[in-house]
Amino acid sequence: MIQAFAFYLFATIVVASGVMTIGSRNPVHSVLWLILAFFNAAGLFLILGAEFIAMLLVIVYVGAVAVLFLFVVMMLDVDFAELRAGFARYWPFASLLAILLLSELGLTVGAWTVGALQPVRAAPTANGMSNIQALGEVLYTRYLYVFEGAGLILLVAMIGAIVLTHRERSDVRPQRVFRQVSRRPGDAVVNMHPGVGEGIEL
Amino acid sequence: MIGLGHYLAVGAILFVLGVFGIFINRKNIIVILMAIELILLSVNINLVAFSAFLGDMVGQVFAMFVLTVAAGEAAIGLAILVIYFRGRGTIAVDDIHQMKG
Repeated sequence: MIQAFAFYLFATIVVASGVMTIGSRNPVHSVLWLILAFFNAAGLFLILGAEFIAMLLVIVYVGAVAVLFLFVVMMLDVDFAELRAGFARYWPFASLLAILLLSELGLTVGAWTVGALQPVRAAPTANGMSNIQALGEVLYTRYLYVFEGAGLILLVAMIGAIVLTHRERSDVRPQRVFRQVSRRPGDAVVNMHPGVGEGIEL
Repeated sequence: MIGLGHYLAVGAILFVLGVFGIFINRKNIIVILMAIELILLSVNINLVAFSAFLGDMVGQVFAMFVLTVAAGEAAIGLAILVIYFRGRGTIAVDDIHQMKG
């Protein structure tokens, strides 16, 4: 009973905040609705017993991706009213497409419940084991190379984002580490021995 | 009782919402990126629901990989958006074809 209530609560809020994400006028509000959607999807995952994915969703999506979106939206000074100009022109075609897609997906769910597909378990959930332990035992054995590949994807994404957004500015004097490190005392200091009252020629 | 079909319904509705969002916000690339995140979230809901109801851990493993790709995609997409804005002063993507290669 409490499970059904929690499911309907989370599902309703996920769908409603999805609607508000694509429909709100201000993109900052869109990002905040997206964060709400992620939190409630994490709740759905908790009901399903996938605690690790739920926590990952909160940490990665809300903590990193959504904050990145928020940062970019607030940093760029964009006239958002102008960007919504074609809203009225697109929505009939868009809703036609959406209804078509939804009916197709409904058809697929119908085919599933009839029992046309027979599932084969690749890695059955072990009994008497927490979700995180079961996930780790699959992830670090059978899917080790895929896991390494995921790490590589993140590395490439990080380097790509840095290379794309980095720029050389001509009006500032950056630190030149190689020149700093390779400078020797002989380049900077000269010992002089001037006579009395003669001064120094530099 | 809550079955697999309920979760699949939520996933399907979120997926359609994401596609719908891409089509109605064709100029605003920030909202398009957020709609793509919604689509990936719906895929994750489907994967985890099947994983739970079939008793198979692979769905959750692949949900993790989808999460990874989504994070990388958001980072690269927003980086491209920032350099596009720096060069043009706008993020309207319907005249992006003027870039020509």
